[in-house]
Amino acid sequence: MNRFIARHVAGLPKSGIRDFFEIVAKMTDVISLGIGEPDFDTPWHIREAAIYALEKGRTHYTSNLGLLELRRAIASYVERNYAVGYRPDDEVLVTVGVSEALDLALRALINPGDKVLYHQPCYVSYHPGVALAHGVAIAAPTRADDGFALNAEDLEGVWQPGCKVLMMNLPCNPTGGTCDRARLEKIARFAVEKDLIVLSDEIYSELVYEGPHTSIAVLPGMRERTIFLHGFSKAFAMTGFRIGYACGPAPLIEAMMKVHQYSMLCAPILSQEAAAEALARGEDGVKAMREQYHRRRDLVVRRLRGAGLSCRAPGGAFYVFPGVASTGLSDRDFAYDLLKSQRVAVVPGTAFGANGSGFVRASFATGYEQLVEACDRIERFVNTAAPCSAPSPS
Amino acid sequence: MHAHDGKTMNPVLQLLIEGGHLSAAQMAQVAGISEAEVDAHLEQLKKEGVFLGWRPVLDLSRESAGAVRAVIEVKITPERGGGFNRLAERLSRFDEVESCYLMSGAYDLLIFVTGPSLQKVAGFVSEKLSTLEGVLSTSTHFMLRSYKEGFFLMDAPAQPSERLKVSP
Repeated sequence: MNRFIARHVAGLPKSGIRDFFEIVAKMTDVISLGIGEPDFDTPWHIREAAIYALEKGRTHYTSNLGLLELRRAIASYVERNYAVGYRPDDEVLVTVGVSEALDLALRALINPGDKVLYHQPCYVSYHPGVALAHGVAIAAPTRADDGFALNAEDLEGVWQPGCKVLMMNLPCNPTGGTCDRARLEKIARFAVEKDLIVLSDEIYSELVYEGPHTSIAVLPGMRERTIFLHGFSKAFAMTGFRIGYACGPAPLIEAMMKVHQYSMLCAPILSQEAAAEALARGEDGVKAMREQYHRRRDLVVRRLRGAGLSCRAPGGAFYVFPGVASTGLSDRDFAYDLLKSQRVAVVPGTAFGANGSGFVRASFATGYEQLVEACDRIERFVNTAAPCSAPSPS
Repeated sequence: MHAHDGKTMNPVLQLLIEGGHLSAAQMAQVAGISEAEVDAHLEQLKKEGVFLGWRPVLDLSRESAGAVRAVIEVKITPERGGGFNRLAERLSRFDEVESCYLMSGAYDLLIFVTGPSLQKVAGFVSEKLSTLEGVLSTSTHFMLRSYKEGFFLMDAPAQPSERLKVSP
């Protein structure tokens, strides 16, 4: 049957996370630090709003762009928190998570062969997303000694003629890397100079622990060349609702809306109703969750350093990305052996691209007790690791 | 970790408010302090009258608990000089009284009482409570069933998390 499968799809590698998931799923008693979503349940008032909407018979299509009340709420939230203004009428598009928004943006912007810059290690769908849009993805490295911040120099270093788009995810999954304003300004100048459109995925931007979060969209010359992507999954603990949005200049949003209209039609109305409730009354809940993530981050960083791993305090998101080279193990062997011998799951860094080699991603979106226990086990593992080899990746 | 007034909040109090059931050793790890410091913080909170002590959260409406609970609205006469305090403090001393609050609105005190049987609780109300000088009236409501107690939901048995074990 394989001959029927499109070449660009057949050519996609299997997700490195999927591979690891298969192993973990078959085991019991595992403390998993491999989970890329909040452990908190969606706050009840948000779930209740969805139930209420269902009871009221809110079960129809919405406008392709999304409910106008929600778009208004989004525009006002973005203006208040990111200091960029967008018109709810034609500059905001409600999507099925940031994942769909990214896909829409790439499909709307990329001609076959257009080049897309991104930073790596990065979220697992970036490279495949570009390939699915028939683009060519070009990775710029980020580095541990730099806090996995993104530097304009590294983008310059890999830039080639034909680059059209720059994809950024700050704070970053998997590294927790963030970017201060000075670095962002350099990146903005680079984007203007090279005439790039920036897709700025800011899904973790409420979960920032050091300093304020700055969106690149506020910098001079950037609003007209930035598509701001955000959603509700992380800060509001709404992953399963699959709801996000894109804000940007009207012609770009219009182009994305065309793709959305002919593929998704609209985001599910119940999720849109829940999202409106989240924006109306959810910010205290976000703050409480952020404070708890902050304490967990400090705990995990302290413990992993104590265990002898090199672990930087991530500026945002809910992941630490410690280096494991000191154990003499590759990231894959480390993750595999840790799972086998101590029943703790972390994700090998190479699942997030070759630049993740030598690191693992550990999520601290897990309760204190489990985190303490997991850190105890990791410490035991690092102190007594008797390396055995992982099966080679399939 | 800042309280609303900008002062640094006691890190142990923060963890207590979050409502986890961490041991002193676990609290020490989470807060990044020693166990001795956790104890010192607890002592400080006790001194301030914020932390009063540990009690288990029980669903006393279960038959096996063999207990009856009631909530009683009490109207009392305030006294010159002492207001409601003297009588409220006196009422609070009865072993049957779990909690006692001064309320705004149609009555003065709201009292939660527990006893081994309906008769015992009724006896407490008719013989002790309503006969006190200064108590003008009582209105007793027996509790039939708990749905939530001390932030614990009764109908939510501990379930394994539905999160995927590994996700991007």
